[in-house]
Amino acid sequence: MLAELRTSKLSPQKYYELYMKTFDELRMLEVFFREETKRGCTNAYLYELVQHAGNILPRLYLLCTVGSVYIKSKDAPAKEVLKDLVEMCRGIQHPIRGLFLRSYLSQISKDKLPDAASEFEGEGGTVVDAVEFVIQNFTEMNKLWVRMQHQGPAREKEKREKERSELRDLVGKNLHVLSQLEGVDLGMYRDMVLPRVLEQVVNCKDELAQYYLMDCIIQVFPDEYHLQTLETLLGACAQLQPTVDVKTVMSQLMERLSNYAASTPQVLADFLQVEAFSKLSEAVVKVIEAQPDMPLVGAVSLHVSLLTFTLRVHVDRLDYVDQVLGACVKKLEGVGKVKDSKATKQIIALLSAPLEKYNNVVTVLTLTNYPKVMEHLDYGTNKVMAVVIIQSIMKNGTFIMEADKVEALFELLKEIIQDSDGAPTLDELDEEDFMEEQNLVARLVQMLTNKDNDEMFKILLTARKHFLKGGPKRLGYTLPPLVFSALKLVRLLQQQGENSEAEEGAASSQKVFQFLLQTVEALSAVPAPELALRLYLQCAEAANDSDLEPVAYEFFTQAFVLYEEEIADSKAQVTAIHLIIGTLQRMNVFGVENRDTLTHKATGYSAKLLKKPDQCRAVYACSHLFWVEVEGGVRDGERVLLCLKRALRIANAAQQMASVTKGSGGPVTLFVEILNKYLYYFEHGNQHITNSVIQGLIELIVTELQSENTTQDPMVDAFLASTLRYIRFQKQKGDGVAERYAAIEV
Amino acid sequence: MVLVLALGDLHIPHRAPDLPAKFKSMLVPGKIQHIVSPGNLCIKEVHDYLKSLCADVNVSKGEYDEDSRYPETKVLTIGSFRLGICHGHQVIPWGDLDSLAMLQRQLDVDILITGHTHQFKAYKHEGGVIINPGSGTGAYSSITSNVNPSFVLMDIDGLRVVVYVYELIEGEVKVDKIDFKKAQPVN
Repeated sequence: MLAELRTSKLSPQKYYELYMKTFDELRMLEVFFREETKRGCTNAYLYELVQHAGNILPRLYLLCTVGSVYIKSKDAPAKEVLKDLVEMCRGIQHPIRGLFLRSYLSQISKDKLPDAASEFEGEGGTVVDAVEFVIQNFTEMNKLWVRMQHQGPAREKEKREKERSELRDLVGKNLHVLSQLEGVDLGMYRDMVLPRVLEQVVNCKDELAQYYLMDCIIQVFPDEYHLQTLETLLGACAQLQPTVDVKTVMSQLMERLSNYAASTPQVLADFLQVEAFSKLSEAVVKVIEAQPDMPLVGAVSLHVSLLTFTLRVHVDRLDYVDQVLGACVKKLEGVGKVKDSKATKQIIALLSAPLEKYNNVVTVLTLTNYPKVMEHLDYGTNKVMAVVIIQSIMKNGTFIMEADKVEALFELLKEIIQDSDGAPTLDELDEEDFMEEQNLVARLVQMLTNKDNDEMFKILLTARKHFLKGGPKRLGYTLPPLVFSALKLVRLLQQQGENSEAEEGAASSQKVFQFLLQTVEALSAVPAPELALRLYLQCAEAANDSDLEPVAYEFFTQAFVLYEEEIADSKAQVTAIHLIIGTLQRMNVFGVENRDTLTHKATGYSAKLLKKPDQCRAVYACSHLFWVEVEGGVRDGERVLLCLKRALRIANAAQQMASVTKGSGGPVTLFVEILNKYLYYFEHGNQHITNSVIQGLIELIVTELQSENTTQDPMVDAFLASTLRYIRFQKQKGDGVAERYAAIEV
Repeated sequence: MVLVLALGDLHIPHRAPDLPAKFKSMLVPGKIQHIVSPGNLCIKEVHDYLKSLCADVNVSKGEYDEDSRYPETKVLTIGSFRLGICHGHQVIPWGDLDSLAMLQRQLDVDILITGHTHQFKAYKHEGGVIINPGSGTGAYSSITSNVNPSFVLMDIDGLRVVVYVYELIEGEVKVDKIDFKKAQPVN
């Protein structure tokens, strides 16, 4: 069977199976040899004897087997036997046969090394001998393994490399044995083991071996050894073949180190002492330099690994984080927008890592290189990143409280806030995506806030400066939240009783109202007249609360101008006029003259609405402009009555028009609505509304409803019924209300 | 027993970034049978969010709602109650109970849900109840200053409705309860 191992015909896989079988047989042979020595045969004799075997390969297997017994017996020093064996194995130079033979040697010797505190130490040698032995065997094995690729025709190279890869663990096992040696302390590892191993790794100049062995070294030796020998290890990385996937090797090293730091916080001092960060950053630069053909994705992902390490080990060192980003910017210099999708993904990872770590965009904004990295993203990805940033702000509830931070943030988010070169035209963008993005920006505005009024005003100015560059389509989304932020500021100023002698740049109601006027004006120019009208009215009410009549009047004027010139849709007009009336009704800042002008306008436009029922409703709503139930409010009962009479006339006209055009009665509901308005003023003590007028109106409605012309409408019946029920209820009340109602009969 | 959520005047994203997290964690899908909102949700995303809580979402049109399909008023029947919703900017003077009562008579409803003032109100009178759930986000209002976020949950059971008001005051959710019984129908 031993002779079979001499074959060259087997694939490594098959050869391995054969080897395993032989291995089992040899174990039995070993037992036999041991028995022999007990029967009086000396080890030395056996050792001599097996060397008479005819062929070299079986001879060496036998020699190793006897050697194992020999060492165990301690008849000879372990170091002598081991040295002899490892030398003798040189006799086999065929890669596969040699690899397996040495693997066998490694296998049988691993529990017989003169390691510190082992039974073979002392006369058997010292740990230095053990290390010498293993390294020598490792070196030889690696040479054989590397040479394997040159065996056979070139066209089968790929297949051979695959087979070679399958055998890698035979070589790696030696490193494992080294790591298991008790006697190898840090000093010995640093001075002897690592330099010798790395020397072999670097000198073999083989891509497969280098990648595998570097990975092996990182995995098998302890973290603290790596930390203390970082320079040596990283130095080797830069010397590897240009094709070696060194970024994965280094990533693994950095990951191990950061896990180490995370699990044992007290070692942080060691990290600082050996300057782990600066060594790693230098190594990243060197490695990238040493591998000019490394694709961009590789370089960026190396930075991602370094950044991950930094964020885990030196989370408080923002300067380190920025330095890593800066290094990456340097690498990206001249690249422009990154087009490779894999590299883009890595850049996203690079930018997301600090966001996820700090959960605070304000911290991230202090990283000066952050925006520079982001600039290298193409338009679409840049926007995705901007959305990620805003979402992070919203999720963490991060407030951005300084104007310069807002400036920095908006600079970062510029692709989403404004049009830039190279961006597709807005029409090409998906409408829904665009809306979602802009609504997100609108939400973001709520997070820009500061309790200090002056700073808040600066924030508003900064935000608007950026928003105004966004083009009309964006303004409809971005300006309204800004208007409300400013309105909140106005209210604060008003509540706090502002300083009338505001300094330059300080916020004052006047200034904020100017800001509001300009902002809403910009919105109306979009054009977005309906929204702008609503905002003008909001501003007018705020000016009312701040007791600024001219300002309030100006806002109202603007609202009317928009109504006249821009709002043409009849439905939009109805809503707009109700908002105008509703707001005007609440205003108390106006003197008689201004008030008259505005109410006159409002009633005028009410009566000019397109549809009669709309006219009617707006006109009776206007009655409230002359009757305000607050202290000091107007109570002009006569003009209230005029409004209601006018509403009645319109209702009548609507009625007649309906009978002409449809041949049936019109909307009786208008009469019931007006009746309710009469009741309202009757109850609130308007002397011009008398019980007889109400009585007359009730009779009119009842007649109308009974008329043959009127179409049945259960809604109107129910409305009238509940109104009459209400009157009856009021009559039963035990106070002055009942007295007034007594005269009405239902 | 039927649970009806009344929630309105969110003004997202114009005046508030989102519903308060505390409210969001209380409002879980599957518990509520109907949602009634007087309006001013403003954007579709908010409507979609309400839809995720409950399939039956009824919204009347607020003046800031971008969805033009919302009606000005809407009436629905839940159990033995007729329920009306209207944003309220059409009812002048704004927030005036006598004027809202007129709308209630017009719609012929037992419960009228309105909004616009951003101030929680529950007003019982001979004809039923008028409820304003306030602003779910505590949004800025020109009518009410210092708005606390609030919403209303109605538990409708037979002729009885219990109105729970949830208000967020200085980070704490306060709950109030108002009982309302409908008179037996005369016929």
